[in-house]
Amino acid sequence: MYTEKVMDHFRNPRNMGEIPNADGVGTVGNPVCGDLMTIYIKVKDDRIEDIKFKTFGCGAAIATSSMITELARGKTFEEALKISRGDVADNLGGLPPIKMHCSNLAADGLHAAIQDYLKKKEAKK
Amino acid sequence: MDYTAGMPVDPRVLEAVMPYFSQKYGNPFSLHSWGNEVRRAMEEARTKIVAFAGAKKNEEIFFTSGGTESNNLAIKGVAYRNKDKGNHVVASAIEHMSVMNPCKALLKEGFSVDFVPVDKYGVVDIQSLEKAITDKTILVSVMYANGEIGTIQPIKEIGEIVHRKGALLHVDAVAAAGQVPINVENENIDLMSISSNDMYGLRGAGALYVKTGTRIQPIIQGGGQERGLRSGTENIPAIVGMGKAAEIAKTEMKTEGERLSKLRDRLIKGALESAPSTFLNGHPTQRLPNNANVRFSYIEGESLILSLDMLGVACSSGSACTSKTLEPSHVLLATGLRHEEAHGSLLFTLGRQNTEEDVDYVVNALPDIVKRLRAISPLTPKELLS
Repeated sequence: MYTEKVMDHFRNPRNMGEIPNADGVGTVGNPVCGDLMTIYIKVKDDRIEDIKFKTFGCGAAIATSSMITELARGKTFEEALKISRGDVADNLGGLPPIKMHCSNLAADGLHAAIQDYLKKKEAKK
Repeated sequence: MDYTAGMPVDPRVLEAVMPYFSQKYGNPFSLHSWGNEVRRAMEEARTKIVAFAGAKKNEEIFFTSGGTESNNLAIKGVAYRNKDKGNHVVASAIEHMSVMNPCKALLKEGFSVDFVPVDKYGVVDIQSLEKAITDKTILVSVMYANGEIGTIQPIKEIGEIVHRKGALLHVDAVAAAGQVPINVENENIDLMSISSNDMYGLRGAGALYVKTGTRIQPIIQGGGQERGLRSGTENIPAIVGMGKAAEIAKTEMKTEGERLSKLRDRLIKGALESAPSTFLNGHPTQRLPNNANVRFSYIEGESLILSLDMLGVACSSGSACTSKTLEPSHVLLATGLRHEEAHGSLLFTLGRQNTEEDVDYVVNALPDIVKRLRAISPLTPKELLS
């Protein structure tokens, strides 16, 4: 059902964990629906210096979380915000149609973390 | 350990059916000796099903293509045929989709349907059932046992109520047949569905028991096979195999049931002890000998399945992520579980090839799997992570 790439990220998720005192945190999904994703980012000079995730969900949810952290790490906000919902799935060699929402969730989680950072920054001004 | 999803064909069944593919391929309807030979084999298989189910005669058993068709035929065939008596059907809330969906289809055709709730163990609430049956009720459908949570229903008692109220009782026994002894006569059953593959027979055959005198009409029309109730050329190899499978199950059910019950209890105990915040789904004692269903808080069933698959273990879940609809199992929700609880369910169904070593292998693997997935999950409380 899943590509070898998906299974690799499920077996060995990259950047799994929390960042204490993260600059931005984005939580998307809902345990009621079976997936909940939290993305933590550490920012330096408008660049994502560090990124980690925690995910409750299926194999695809865990693999897409892992993939989005790889795609976003080191990127500027401008670049990171361009990572689309489809990019995550493409980089995993595709996802079954019914699991595409996991790909969306990962991209949304990243975007939410960035928005959270920007909002906090705005509030500090 | 996913026997409910698909069972291997018993080698003895395979041996019995082999001649019926390319040697004895006659049509049982034909008048010549090739046809006669096959018709005799088909009737012998039917007699074995009669003995297996505790029916009275061959005329009460109708072969179908499987459990789904048997359930459709029972629900729709009885509802259509008895429309003059009433338009109300009652079923339990945890029926298989092949009962649920025909019932829902009847709703669109002017019938009314009530789904009766179950308790936290999945046992049908008898008082609600009794209350649901009105003078318009023509059919009540309650499964013998649930294939997902293993809970066995008090069918005999339910049958007494249904008959007292003047309705017919259909029992979906697909999950139970071959696991526990069933006797349609003693247990007040008017119609009963069984499936071949769920008893180590071939796929593509099932049967519907219809008690003599029960009014039912076909849902598949054609050449009039199965005494007009189910047209279409008979799937002889699968039917012969189903007879053999039923014969084997009848003889070996007791010893195999005892063996599986021990394995099941060992698996349940081991799984519950493998991690904190782990619970049993279904009834602690009134359950199928082959069924172990546990749920782990804070993690999701598909992740558990993939993790076990990597270790060479096959099992199932009632999680949304493993379904075609992205909804968690209606059975687990009916037992009162919240969505997020149902997602963490893991279902093992044991069978003839499973051993104590298999069970111990799973039990030993579970703690690390659960620990790893809980470490990834944002829902896991900190105190469980140490």
